[in-house]
Amino acid sequence: MKKKILPRLSSLLCLSSAFLLAGCDWALFDPKGTVGAQEKSLILTSTYAMLLVVVPVIVLTLLFAWQYRHSNTSAEYLPKWSHSNKIEVVIWVVPSLIILFLAVLTYQTCHSLDPYRPLEEEANVKPIHVEVVALDWKWLFIYPDEGIATVNQMAFPVNTPVDFRITSDAVMNSFFIPQLGSQIYAMAGMQTQLHLVANTAGNYLGESANFSGRGFSDMRFRALAMSNDDYAAWVQKVKAASEQLDNSNYSKLAAPSEANPVEYFSHAEPGLFDQIVAKYNNGMVMDKSTGKMLHVQSAMSDMNMKE
Amino acid sequence: MLGKLSWSDIPIDVPILVGTFAGAAIAGLAVLGLITYYGKWGYLWKEWFTSVDHKRLGVMYIVLALVALFRGFADAIMMRSQLALAYAGNPGYLPPHHYDQIFSAHGTIMIFFMAMAFMTGLMNVIVPLQIGARDVAFPFLNSLSFWMTTISFVLINVSLFIGEFSQCGWLAYPPLSEQQFSPGVGVDYYIWAVQLSGVGTLLTGVNFFTTIVKMRAPGMTFMKMPVFTWTIFCTSVLIMLSFPILTVALGLLGLDRYLGMHFFTNDGGGNQMLYLSVIWGWGHPEVYILVLPAFGAFSEITQTFSRKPLFGYNTMVYATCSIMVLSMVVWLHHFFTMGAGANVNTFFGIMTMIIAIPTGVKIFNWLFTMYKGRVEFHATMYWVIGFMITFTIGGMTGVMLAIPAADFVLHNSLFVIAHFHNVIIGGVYFGYVAAMNFWFPKAFGFKLNEAWGKRAFWLWFVGFYFAFMPLYVLGFEGMTRRMNHYDNPEWYPWLLVAEAGAVMIALGIVCQLTQLYVSIRDRNLAENRDLTGDPWNARTLEWSTSSPPPFYNFAVVPAVHDLDAFAHDKEAGIDTRAAGSNYQPIHMPKNTAAGFFVGMFSLILGFAAVWWIWWLAAVGLIGVIATVIARSSNNDVDYYVPASEVARIENEHTRNLLAAQAAE
Repeated sequence: MKKKILPRLSSLLCLSSAFLLAGCDWALFDPKGTVGAQEKSLILTSTYAMLLVVVPVIVLTLLFAWQYRHSNTSAEYLPKWSHSNKIEVVIWVVPSLIILFLAVLTYQTCHSLDPYRPLEEEANVKPIHVEVVALDWKWLFIYPDEGIATVNQMAFPVNTPVDFRITSDAVMNSFFIPQLGSQIYAMAGMQTQLHLVANTAGNYLGESANFSGRGFSDMRFRALAMSNDDYAAWVQKVKAASEQLDNSNYSKLAAPSEANPVEYFSHAEPGLFDQIVAKYNNGMVMDKSTGKMLHVQSAMSDMNMKE
Repeated sequence: MLGKLSWSDIPIDVPILVGTFAGAAIAGLAVLGLITYYGKWGYLWKEWFTSVDHKRLGVMYIVLALVALFRGFADAIMMRSQLALAYAGNPGYLPPHHYDQIFSAHGTIMIFFMAMAFMTGLMNVIVPLQIGARDVAFPFLNSLSFWMTTISFVLINVSLFIGEFSQCGWLAYPPLSEQQFSPGVGVDYYIWAVQLSGVGTLLTGVNFFTTIVKMRAPGMTFMKMPVFTWTIFCTSVLIMLSFPILTVALGLLGLDRYLGMHFFTNDGGGNQMLYLSVIWGWGHPEVYILVLPAFGAFSEITQTFSRKPLFGYNTMVYATCSIMVLSMVVWLHHFFTMGAGANVNTFFGIMTMIIAIPTGVKIFNWLFTMYKGRVEFHATMYWVIGFMITFTIGGMTGVMLAIPAADFVLHNSLFVIAHFHNVIIGGVYFGYVAAMNFWFPKAFGFKLNEAWGKRAFWLWFVGFYFAFMPLYVLGFEGMTRRMNHYDNPEWYPWLLVAEAGAVMIALGIVCQLTQLYVSIRDRNLAENRDLTGDPWNARTLEWSTSSPPPFYNFAVVPAVHDLDAFAHDKEAGIDTRAAGSNYQPIHMPKNTAAGFFVGMFSLILGFAAVWWIWWLAAVGLIGVIATVIARSSNNDVDYYVPASEVARIENEHTRNLLAAQAAE
């Protein structure tokens, strides 16, 4: 028994420590922005705290099973013993203390890492705004300040906070760039918010984390974090595209498509995002900064109200 | 005439399904042929299909669970194989249309028809015996519950060959599951199968709650109840609280799909967030419904094979009850990423991690039960020790997911898949298999082969780590769940390792089947037979009667003097059976085919409703109502076993006991 169990235990411990130490090139342990970095440190801290009790439990399980095995007649045997106040206190108090620590951590990080909360960087750097629409099965990015739109590719300058407003014009999806941090659901008729920043230039995987049907596996995009100059050049490149996005061809874009290529639109209809949200709410959309409901005039409200 | 059904719904263009159908048809015909050849139809009908005996129903539930395990595992290994192939431009062998059905069916079958059926089977076999009762409170309802569960499983399997199954995942999130995005019959199969089996589960909850409250042997106060019975009590409460929520959630989704309503649609004022909240209001208690009985089984097994009473019985009971209460107030942790405010997320995160405290206490209780005991490494104990190690890791990753800010990057990734398989396999499944090994001789009168049991354990245990530890890594690498293909070279090697793990688990299942075969073959060998009714020198009442127990369980209802009633009686030299006393006639329920017929008519109703064949649905519904009325107006539902017959059975058992003692 011992011969079989001990090697398994050691390989198990190696594997679990590998999770925490060796996995430096794994996306979540190789974050490229402050949000992801804080989440990595939260995962590690909470794991270490729990290992304080998990490792002793595993060791004691094997130790007790072996020490008090039936054939070991030299071990003490107390056939009636089934209660000890001292042990009971320890086994309630130790897990409670660890959970108390984690509860405090939870409270703090829930607030500091709230996806709706603007990043601290916004005090110094003006954020850029990106509106995200999950479609069947592609991502539409609208840059309201630049008046441009793209599909399955987005770009932003490094060290500049990005304020996302996210909705869906199809089923529920989850907007997720693993190396930058938090994800949030994209739901039709609703707007969710997310604040991310990249501190290193790079080309990062973006994906949907919530299953959305047939074309889900190819519903991926690239998130390009680049220098200010490169970003300006990228915006110019999009502005030079021949396609434009307005009410007349939006429905063509929104129709289901799989493994959609990257697309650039040199012009995006102003207020398109609001119209997409409003069409599921009788033409109303909430202004998230004031909380007021606004009526959106739209050619879309009477089109393609499916069902 | 046939609603939506047409020849084009038979998937003859999918070779995998045609092959499966041919295999299932040949195996089915072989079984039917053998039953006919041996002339066992009458026996099966009289002794099993129409039985209201909780022990027989329990055995049938477990047979159903093993068949469901086979189907669910076939789905699992197909998914793993797809992901081991579908890399860098290779589409694999399962297109999304088929693959999406497979992962939806895998989850649905494993939870509702493997785990739930296994658990219900165990509580059926054990609980009445453990509390000294002669049957459950409502024997007919018990038979009805079984048939509702069975026909639901049949309905799911019909979807393999006629039409299609849901492609929306095991919880069918709208709006994807609405008509607009899923116009096929797949989601309707899902809704009807889960709804019909839900009737069975809810009735089981009511039945066992009543049984435990009202039918305990005299002297068995709540705080003298065995821990397994306590866990079934808490599970029954959770079933009664949460299954109606599931029924409502799927009922509203059904109204959307069938009558064009707008509960969860994108437009018309529907709200998909409501569905998530409601379905998880059931979904989270559900995992505790499954795991609490496993905790109960581990408690009974650990104390028996450590040769001393359970450490901290009171603590164990309080821990179980607090888990029961807490499990109802944590459901929001399944959708921290929906955009609820920081305070809401904090509340549900902290409530969730508080559950880790009583759960941790339980683990310590089992640890200190072994402490200063005499631990026998019976095959059953292997599963217990494997559980304690594996489940502790699963608990840790569960608490990680309970921290909302960590969940923001782990949610819906393969990390989540790894976590819940870690607790469902390492906790629930190991527990049920341990329980099956432990209580098998009670149900059948002979022991399961230990060598094959240990082989099965090692393959499952090692296979589990190979299959699911890579999924934790893949979660950290940003791989989301339910992907059909991918092109990330970092994911590929881990998915190959996971495939290897799935193969090991497949071999583990082969070992379990071999264990059953070998045990049945060698059932008459002296070392395998259980003549005393107490093969493990155990502590609770079910071991005081013969193995298998007589259909009335106890000739004389035992009097309970202490916790672990049977252990107390053995020490005090009391004959719990009261052998040779003045036996009285025993009041017993008669067998009935009503449950079977309600089940069959429900199957017709479900199938017809899936395909919009309304006249046939009416036939099914009227059949159900007519059977219930007929059953309700039948007063000939019980009888008395004469005292002489009781004496004959009991004396025979006494002779066996004396022979067994002489042999020692």
